[in-house]
Amino acid sequence: MNIKINNNAYWANPGETILQVTQREGIKIPTLCYMSDLTPTGACRICVVEIETGQLVPACAFPVYNGMEVQTNSKKVRRSRKSIIELLIANHPQDCLVCVRNGNCDLQDLAAEYGVRSYRYVGEKRSGKLDLASPAVERDPEKCILCGRCVRMCHEVQNVGAIDFVNRGFYSQVSPAMDRSLNTTACVYCGQCVVACPVGALREKSYLKVAWEAINDPEIHVIAQVAPAVRVAIGEEFGLPPGTITIGKIPAALRRIGVNEIFDTNFAADLTIMEEANELIERIQSGGKLPLFTSCSPGWIKYVEHFYPELLEYVSTCKSPQGMQGAMIKSYYAKKTGLDPKKIFVLSIMPCTAKKFEAGRPELSVSHTDPDVDVVLSTREFARMLKIAGIDFNRMPEEGFDDPLGESTGAGVIFGASGGVLEAALRTAHYMITGKDMDQIDFTSVRGLQGVKESSIKIGNATLKVAAVSGLHNIDRFLEEVRNGNSEYHFIEVMACPGGCINGGGQPLPSSPEKIKKRMEAIYEIDRSLPKRCSHYNDSVKALYDNFLGKPGSKKSHELLHTHYMKRESI
Amino acid sequence: MSSESVYKKYPKNEASNLIALLQDIQEVHGYLPEDDIIRVAKHAGVPTSRVFGVATFYNQFRLTPLGKHVIRVCRGTACHVKGSLDILQTLEAELGIKAGETTRDLQFTIETVACIGACSIAPVIVIDGKYYGGLTSKSVYKLINEYMKKD
Repeated sequence: MNIKINNNAYWANPGETILQVTQREGIKIPTLCYMSDLTPTGACRICVVEIETGQLVPACAFPVYNGMEVQTNSKKVRRSRKSIIELLIANHPQDCLVCVRNGNCDLQDLAAEYGVRSYRYVGEKRSGKLDLASPAVERDPEKCILCGRCVRMCHEVQNVGAIDFVNRGFYSQVSPAMDRSLNTTACVYCGQCVVACPVGALREKSYLKVAWEAINDPEIHVIAQVAPAVRVAIGEEFGLPPGTITIGKIPAALRRIGVNEIFDTNFAADLTIMEEANELIERIQSGGKLPLFTSCSPGWIKYVEHFYPELLEYVSTCKSPQGMQGAMIKSYYAKKTGLDPKKIFVLSIMPCTAKKFEAGRPELSVSHTDPDVDVVLSTREFARMLKIAGIDFNRMPEEGFDDPLGESTGAGVIFGASGGVLEAALRTAHYMITGKDMDQIDFTSVRGLQGVKESSIKIGNATLKVAAVSGLHNIDRFLEEVRNGNSEYHFIEVMACPGGCINGGGQPLPSSPEKIKKRMEAIYEIDRSLPKRCSHYNDSVKALYDNFLGKPGSKKSHELLHTHYMKRESI
Repeated sequence: MSSESVYKKYPKNEASNLIALLQDIQEVHGYLPEDDIIRVAKHAGVPTSRVFGVATFYNQFRLTPLGKHVIRVCRGTACHVKGSLDILQTLEAELGIKAGETTRDLQFTIETVACIGACSIAPVIVIDGKYYGGLTSKSVYKLINEYMKKD
């Protein structure tokens, strides 16, 4: 179809919206409520354009037709957009200076772009109560602009539906059922609503103060652990291009703010692989419950606990890498160094909001009294911490992680991308079964940003059917198959967040599909660049088994590295 | 009809029945109890937040029980001009509740309506379907106290 945009001729496909054409052609139209891949709602109207009849239509939801003439920059369009922004601001707390999204807020950016210079409309504002009760995600309904992105994310992508629009008209707000707090709902704390939120209405619960207090206390030995996906994303917070690899700068920065020791969650990822590959082989050989679902993603774990509690025995009993690292620090490392575990403070830096909840799970405590991981900071909070401390991140030298829990292989780092845990586990399972490595270490059929990636692999005499799933709405079909007893799979990796941890709820904002792609490429680039790419070659992991745990699946391993799950109410 | 028979009437996991289900449940209880909102969600196969969203969107649904006597205060234009705000405030003060609420002894509920089509006798209220027109603060005070004495 031929259409005209700003008097220039363009070719458009039937069924396309105006916005799809302009995005392809590089014509900028501002959006707020729009989310690529999800049904447009046309809720915010900021993308209005003028068509030949003089009508204003929302570009995100309006299909093109032959002969259409669109103006994206007419006087009418500019005035309408500015009015829309002014009206949104009129019902928004004007507290930008003290807002967590100051500097990366879509509404703030729009107000700046459209030259809003006064509060033109003044009137009653919607009131709402803060929801600070959950350990991971906070809600501030007064900041909400009702774009509905979080609601669509929670329902359509994550299939949780913890929040929705309630009430109507002026009193509309986004809220859990019965106006409850998030902590009493089936919210899995994946934080994708935080990533979707264009303003500060949804945000992570910050533990910066607790972290600083521990660092400043000379009596406390602070040990940091850094998750794989942080090192390919945090650069964005300091103006580096998406996908910049900052493995060396992170430990350097942590040392300079006073953290005593820096271990790598990738080490624990290698350890997880040893336990999980062993569990997979045991289940296959002894006729145990199959498929085996991975257990690294705390959002996914909470999802099964709420919605499929009868399938919990299919989930690997392995703690997540964060949990394993915490347990090893407070048992193995404390014993080795003679430090009192009570004086050790484990500071996790995670791309995740759900890890904050995971850290507080009572079953994940080797002492049964104190948590193994004391505080979890998101990538964003960690960046804020470094900014406050005056760390010039981009000029940090390349430094390494500390021993004995700092060494890692390529198998550990790919935990950060969807498909990575599966790939890492297969590399080691192959070695455990056949005694030799796979001919081709790169298992590319489970890589990429698709929500479902399926494959099969021949190990010895057996052919294993495997899948890597990310974005929780994609997992239901696999769970239904298990429930109906007709699942053909042996091993299924699940990540709550679409694309895996690289797109976690704690990652730098604003996010975009291009950024996620770059972060993923960086993850595999690190894997390729490492001399060791299989967990079973990690010498520190071997030493840990030789000196402390025995072998994968040993009694001690089960005591310290494995956990159990519980049924939770689903509302 | 009991709530059990309501749930039996509608097939499971049919989200399109949501509003009809809620209407029938309200028919049984006079309002939508929290337990039923959760059960309706499970029955229709939709998240509880969505059921709550629907229940709070439509005026016809109530989330609190209805009193034995339902007082509807007309707040339409004619009644407003004739002082219906005074009538409403008198009732609220006398019963100790706001419009939309029910007394703790479950005797009275006050609701406001936009216009009940009886402008000629404005200001007007309806108690249990019975119309009372030409009211003043004083006469409505007397009226409501008669109702309170009756029980």
